[in-house]
Amino acid sequence: MLPDPSWESRAFWEGGASGELLIHRCRSCGKFFHPPAPACFRCRSIEVGPEPVSGRATVAAVSVNVHQWLPGFPPPYAVAIVELSDQRDVRLTTNVVGCDPEAVHIGMEVQVIFEAWDGVWIPVFRPVAA
Amino acid sequence: MNPLGGRAVVSGVGQSQVGRRLGRSGLALTIEACLRAIADAGLAPDDIDGVATYPGAIAGMAGFSGAGSTQLQDALGLRTKWHLGTAETAGQLGPVMDAALAVAAGVVDHVVCFRSVWESTAQMGGSRADAMSSGPRRAGGMLEWTAPYGAPSASTWVAMLASRYMHDHGLTREQLAQIALTCRHNAGLNPAAVYRDPLTIDDYLAARMISTPLCLYDCDVPADGAVAVVVSRREATRGLRRPPLTIEAFGAGLYERHTWDQRADLTTMAAHDAAASMWEQTTLRPADVDVMELYDGFSYLTLQWIEALGFCEHGDAGRYVEGGERIALGGERPLNTQGGQLSGGRLHGLGFLHEACIQLWRDGGDRQVVKDLDVAVAAAGGGPIAGCLLVSRRG
Repeated sequence: MLPDPSWESRAFWEGGASGELLIHRCRSCGKFFHPPAPACFRCRSIEVGPEPVSGRATVAAVSVNVHQWLPGFPPPYAVAIVELSDQRDVRLTTNVVGCDPEAVHIGMEVQVIFEAWDGVWIPVFRPVAA
Repeated sequence: MNPLGGRAVVSGVGQSQVGRRLGRSGLALTIEACLRAIADAGLAPDDIDGVATYPGAIAGMAGFSGAGSTQLQDALGLRTKWHLGTAETAGQLGPVMDAALAVAAGVVDHVVCFRSVWESTAQMGGSRADAMSSGPRRAGGMLEWTAPYGAPSASTWVAMLASRYMHDHGLTREQLAQIALTCRHNAGLNPAAVYRDPLTIDDYLAARMISTPLCLYDCDVPADGAVAVVVSRREATRGLRRPPLTIEAFGAGLYERHTWDQRADLTTMAAHDAAASMWEQTTLRPADVDVMELYDGFSYLTLQWIEALGFCEHGDAGRYVEGGERIALGGERPLNTQGGQLSGGRLHGLGFLHEACIQLWRDGGDRQVVKDLDVAVAAAGGGPIAGCLLVSRRG
């Protein structure tokens, strides 16, 4: 199922058009945060906006989904929470693709790639080649 | 010490018929549960001057809400001075906390609180996955961040967090299994439970996976049913049927971000905040709690509540339940005595408070805990959703 981008999240879902993972950053305290919002939850500054990050991340939690919930998602597939290398406490819930789902593990280094759909670019991650 | 001054009590409880695909409307089940709770308290519908429910009337979502507060008010012709139906509160027990505040403030005398679901009937003719994919074609709100990844179900969100707890704290599937096995054993002693056939550790380990590490028996199953609890002002309960049960404290704390994946420690949940805020309100301590009725929409959530409430150290919940003796009906601190939601039926939250009261009143029949019971805890919710209550026989 595709996302319905909001005013704040549009950049996140469209950044892949130019190959960029865009994460909201506070221009006052300098910290990234996710999901995007019109204020920094840490310092409450409203000077925030999307900025590109490296796209490198580490798997922090993972589940191999075995049950079919949605058409277009034939199981099994790996759903993971990944921590961005740019700032470890910013996490994305995503898919890790390009390998056996059972091989995805906590601590695995991954790199963003984008799946282009109808007007949105879904950031997913693949293992970084050893 | 009690922030409600001991003025908020539970005076009666009731439950409707509960089962799979009953073919009855959510409002019919709601009325049945509420009338039973009102009668259980020794009250008449005309005595009820407040109504509170989670989540309120919500269109769609395939039976997630059986009825709203005003539907009950209208259907029973109640003269209410206060009513509330909301999902933006401390989980499924949140409206009970609001009701406790309302009676403690003297605004109302008797609030009927209910939670009703008819997911099993509403999803009849299709699977749960069908119900999920029949909604809007694009995902907004919280689902904006999960549905694009094939993870529209909380089972996957909980499963990921459980994987991290296993990684960090050594939780095993055999330890996790004790939640499902304990619930099934207790359900076998509860005629109203949905799943009563014996379940063994071998059955559990052989069951199909839903979302690793959670298998079929770690996830509750949609049911139809309603639960009601009457929250009363203590002074208004003189001469009633039941000895009133004191609402000692409640926990509604939410100290970190309202998300499933951004909490600083992924092996804790909002349950930790709710529990911490509850213990600040009372001189009771975890050691005073005799029986635990803890949310088990997914088994791992029960482990979260056990450690959040301070029954063990952070990271030790698997070892706490290992072997199952401690949490058995005859154990040190029995758990989910009615079978929980895993085996009793997915009544979604309020069933835990219902059972806490049944146990304190010693009306549990074959599943009644034998030892003396003075204080019970009821808790509901998972991830960023959490609320808990302490009820006691103390005056």
